[in-house]
Amino acid sequence: MTQKKQATFINIGERTNVTGSAKFKKLILNGNFDEALEVARQQVEAGAQIIDINMDEAMLDSEEAMEYFVNLIASEPDISRVPLMIDSSKWSVIERGLKCIQGKAVVNSISMKEGVQNFKEQALLIRRYGAAAVVMAFDEKGQADTLERKVEICTKSYEILVNEVGFPPEDIIFDPNIFAVATGIEEHNNYAVDFIEATRIIRRTLPHCHISGGVSNVSFSFRGNNPVREAMHSVFLYHAIAAGMNMGIVNAGMMTVYADIPKELRERVEDVILNQREDSTDRLLEIADKYKGVKGEVKKQDLEWRAGSVEERLSYALVKGITSDIITDTEEARLKVKERDGRPIEVIEGALMDGMNRVGDLFGSGQMFLPQVVKSARVMKQAVAHLIPFIEAEKSGKSQSKGKILMATVKGDVHDIGKNIVGVVLQCNNYEIIDLGVMVSCETILREAQKHDVDIIGLSGLITPSLEEMCFVAAEMERLGIKIPLLIGGATTSKIHTAVKISPHYSGALVYVLDASRAVGVASSLMSDSLSTQYAAKIALEYKIQREKYKKSKKGENQIKITEARKNHYPVSWQGFEPEKPSFLGTKTFEDYDLGQIASRIDWTPFFRTWELAGNYPKILTDPIVGASARDLFKDAEKMLQKIIDEKWLRANAVIGFWAANSNGDDVQLYTDDARENLLGTAHFLRQQNRRRRGKYNRCLSDYIAPKETGIKDYFGGFAVTAGIGIEEKQELFKKNHDDYNDILLKALADRLAEAFAEHMHERVRTDFWGYEKTEELSNEELIKEKYRGIRPAPGYPACPDHTEKLDLFEWLSAPDQTEITLTDSMAMLPAASVSGYYFAHSEAAYFGLGKISKDQVEDYAQRKNIDFKTAQRWLASNLAYG
Amino acid sequence: MNDFKKRNDLLKKSLKERILVMDGAMGTMIQNHRLSEEEFRGEKFKNWTQDIKGNNDILSITQPDIIRDIHKEYLEAGADIIETNSFNATCISQADYGMEEVIYDLNFACARLAREACDEYSLKTPLKPRFVMGVLGPTSRTASLSPDVDNPAFRNVSFDELVQTYKPAVRALTQGGADIILIETIFDTLNAKAAIFAVKAVFDDIGYELPISISGTITDASGRTLSGQTPEAFWYSMSHAEPLSLGFNCALGAKDLRQHIAAISKIVDCHISAHPNAGLPNEMGEYDETPQEMAAQLGEWARAGLLNITGGCCGTTPDHIRAIAQAVKGVAPREIPDKVPELLLSGLEPFKAV
Repeated sequence: MTQKKQATFINIGERTNVTGSAKFKKLILNGNFDEALEVARQQVEAGAQIIDINMDEAMLDSEEAMEYFVNLIASEPDISRVPLMIDSSKWSVIERGLKCIQGKAVVNSISMKEGVQNFKEQALLIRRYGAAAVVMAFDEKGQADTLERKVEICTKSYEILVNEVGFPPEDIIFDPNIFAVATGIEEHNNYAVDFIEATRIIRRTLPHCHISGGVSNVSFSFRGNNPVREAMHSVFLYHAIAAGMNMGIVNAGMMTVYADIPKELRERVEDVILNQREDSTDRLLEIADKYKGVKGEVKKQDLEWRAGSVEERLSYALVKGITSDIITDTEEARLKVKERDGRPIEVIEGALMDGMNRVGDLFGSGQMFLPQVVKSARVMKQAVAHLIPFIEAEKSGKSQSKGKILMATVKGDVHDIGKNIVGVVLQCNNYEIIDLGVMVSCETILREAQKHDVDIIGLSGLITPSLEEMCFVAAEMERLGIKIPLLIGGATTSKIHTAVKISPHYSGALVYVLDASRAVGVASSLMSDSLSTQYAAKIALEYKIQREKYKKSKKGENQIKITEARKNHYPVSWQGFEPEKPSFLGTKTFEDYDLGQIASRIDWTPFFRTWELAGNYPKILTDPIVGASARDLFKDAEKMLQKIIDEKWLRANAVIGFWAANSNGDDVQLYTDDARENLLGTAHFLRQQNRRRRGKYNRCLSDYIAPKETGIKDYFGGFAVTAGIGIEEKQELFKKNHDDYNDILLKALADRLAEAFAEHMHERVRTDFWGYEKTEELSNEELIKEKYRGIRPAPGYPACPDHTEKLDLFEWLSAPDQTEITLTDSMAMLPAASVSGYYFAHSEAAYFGLGKISKDQVEDYAQRKNIDFKTAQRWLASNLAYG
Repeated sequence: MNDFKKRNDLLKKSLKERILVMDGAMGTMIQNHRLSEEEFRGEKFKNWTQDIKGNNDILSITQPDIIRDIHKEYLEAGADIIETNSFNATCISQADYGMEEVIYDLNFACARLAREACDEYSLKTPLKPRFVMGVLGPTSRTASLSPDVDNPAFRNVSFDELVQTYKPAVRALTQGGADIILIETIFDTLNAKAAIFAVKAVFDDIGYELPISISGTITDASGRTLSGQTPEAFWYSMSHAEPLSLGFNCALGAKDLRQHIAAISKIVDCHISAHPNAGLPNEMGEYDETPQEMAAQLGEWARAGLLNITGGCCGTTPDHIRAIAQAVKGVAPREIPDKVPELLLSGLEPFKAV
């Protein structure tokens, strides 16, 4: 009846992980939970003794997804019979999972990455929830890569857990980090030995603990050569298990029996894993191809490629993104063509296009990733730039492109990283791109489209007001009878919005494009003589179905009256509440802030997401699929970041302000001074209006500020920071050098710096300027709730989605004068790398999403703000539960 | 505080010396009084807007003498441990009567009554000290099962809501004089995990800890809890409470429960408790195992070395407890196996990493 597994090595199923399995991710994103459960079931049937569940994906509400999926699993006895491993880099996700599990689960993972205090608190809570924990060899200095660091961090973690927290040593599973070997970098050669030796020492010196790790990492420099990888996994495990490793995240399909590995391969793999010879990598490379299956490729030796023909060299340079010899090679190719009386254009149409086609194929089949493609484009652009004078001199006309695409970020919006990436990818696929840049008016878009006789128009935008502008462009095209296929993309756009809000305005072909990897497929379908009509009709039908579904789902939406919602406000207990007074009232400006200080606070995960690389930093760097690509990108990013700091490419300014304030219903009223007699202004907030479960509240940000009638002297803050002053200068230089890669890289880094700056200022506000965390003495229960006190919501984002509130905020802060940040018509900030928001200090203040609101609240809001109803409705369009 | 420490030492000492006997059923004892709605309400809830007849727990406030007398009958019969009359004294269960506000007072009163009765008997028989178990019931909801067949991910109660519902009860039981917190009749392990979380949080707040006892329920012949766990998996899920005792109660009679107690008795590294029903209910829903029949079985368990704490659940009376106390008298308590430091995990089934 009950089977007790006496295993020496425990297999952890890894397929129910959105960061590791593209299939599972797709199922979860599409809400196909039946099949997602099937994935879990198959793993258990295939012998997984524990199943790992990970929902770390930007497009998901990971907490909700974790809760939902774990609850579903609980209803499937043939899955839930095995223990679960709750895998997330976010503590909040882990905690949500633990609250749904009756069994004793494993948390994956915690570490001293964010300090000892955090580590102890999380460990204590894990114990309280009744779970074991994977502990990564990671501390504030970073991930342990040497034997000494692995042992040192694990030992310290163990002592803290066992002696200070009272965590049972048998419930500790160390992950001393498996990294790739045979990468060609000498320092990496000993990584496997370091892991194995660390395992041996840890198991000997730290009684009762266990050792686990992600095995496939070790082999990823042999991506594409599965037989060699499998051999590496087996040899690695053979030695690691002997040293005491007793669990691992293993794809059972990627393993072979140690004894079955051919002798020659086994010996050479063993040399690599155990780092037994200086030339072991080379010796394995020598024979690797022999064992290679049908697909995949093995790394070639550096510079060997220079020996090939000029066509081969061009192709190689394009695929690998190498610019060092591109001008020389292009010139050689041109002369070669000339010799046989060919025309310079033939270099583009021949060797270069062949190379780019190969890039397109590799990208399409998931063997290349976006950063590499953008690098390839840079090579292509430089080659073409070299040829253009020759082509023009000959007046032979332009190369025949697949089609002309106009691209623009719409009026009022300044964000263009995504648009530029799409542009580059399309160029790589031989489309001619007319890029009108950012903040382009509808009039300009349509004029340029007609002037250039373009085949497709692509509109992009990141902030919510841009959605409205896109509807306007579509309506204008309809009115003027311009029937050019229209593509919609950008962070706030969605298929549902395109279907419901844009499509009714436009009878021409209209397609929502999720990301750069989809752009080529969409463009080629639209440009195909035989397919385009059919394709457009198929999409139109799909949108029509979406629209009807949406209407139906609307009917069921469960809204309550705003008056009801207010009664169910978040119940802060004001009795006896004494707010801390900020160290000053009014504003304080910071000019030319030290970028080095800001850089240390960068959150890298969104940076990789910008480049369409899925996964969390730092795990992504060792990810078996995108790890290599991520590491190259990261190296470039770090290098540029250093230059930004050393050579002052960017300047960072900030202004913060604190004011005496009290809430008045859903408004927060600011006073000119602490006498609280004269109003400085009013911040208007919105309240959640969907019917809440018992014990859940209809929140509004004003709930966290003491109401006027309490007589409590409460305070409220605001900020605007930028890290993008001076960015244009460098951008122009990159553009001139046809260097999209560095152009996009710089913008992405500036965005990250701005976010990091906002985070850094928030910390200084908490501990110094407002100073409410100086004397903190948190009870355990308070610690459970949040790691620090206070929030910094931004106007235009989920808790307070009205962008126009920035106007007041900027006035109170004198932000344009103090920081050089300005607002566009659509309330986007210029430079784009800027962040603004409010400070709330109350200990219970928490982020939330407003969700949908009803007409009664919009009417009330318009009245409060003294604007007309239609205007209010337009700015809140994305949040309306009606119409 | 000092009293509590002294009693705690006495409890540990007593458990080493003998098998401790818990009291029997409360519900049937109360039913014998055939109380009216007015008597349930007493003075205090005279004008309560809802009917409260059947709310047995509230009698600790409105008819304290009746409850104290029942406790005393069990003590007189030889019980070492009295369970407080608080099985349904949580916000979730009391919501049926609209009495969520009195939760603290109610639990405090429950603990007080049991304390008074036990102290009286501890004085009478100093060599046989008596102890109070503050009872946390399972509530009527399940945190890991969906009540809606069409929506398996739905839950009608969350972990956090359970923690909130248990906290005031734990605080009141502790401050009212309980020696042990008993989480009992657990049919959904996740509910019990929330209870443990709440108990530990309250202990953090008040600055001292009581021992925790845990008692699950095997609902039917499947040999599993209602939420599907095997007895071993149940133990693995509860071990983080570092309990004083773990065992099973209710649902089955002694005959069907024995195999499950025997299974965990070998592996559980804390005390083992068992307080079964007086057999399985007959067609009329009555329990008819006699005191002698039940005592004979539990006596055999004791001699087989399975028990540290025993007693009765549904259908048992002071006569049952008297017979059980006689049957286990002088029998050595089960020896607790040494703790083996192994990684023990569980889903519905146990998993041991070696």
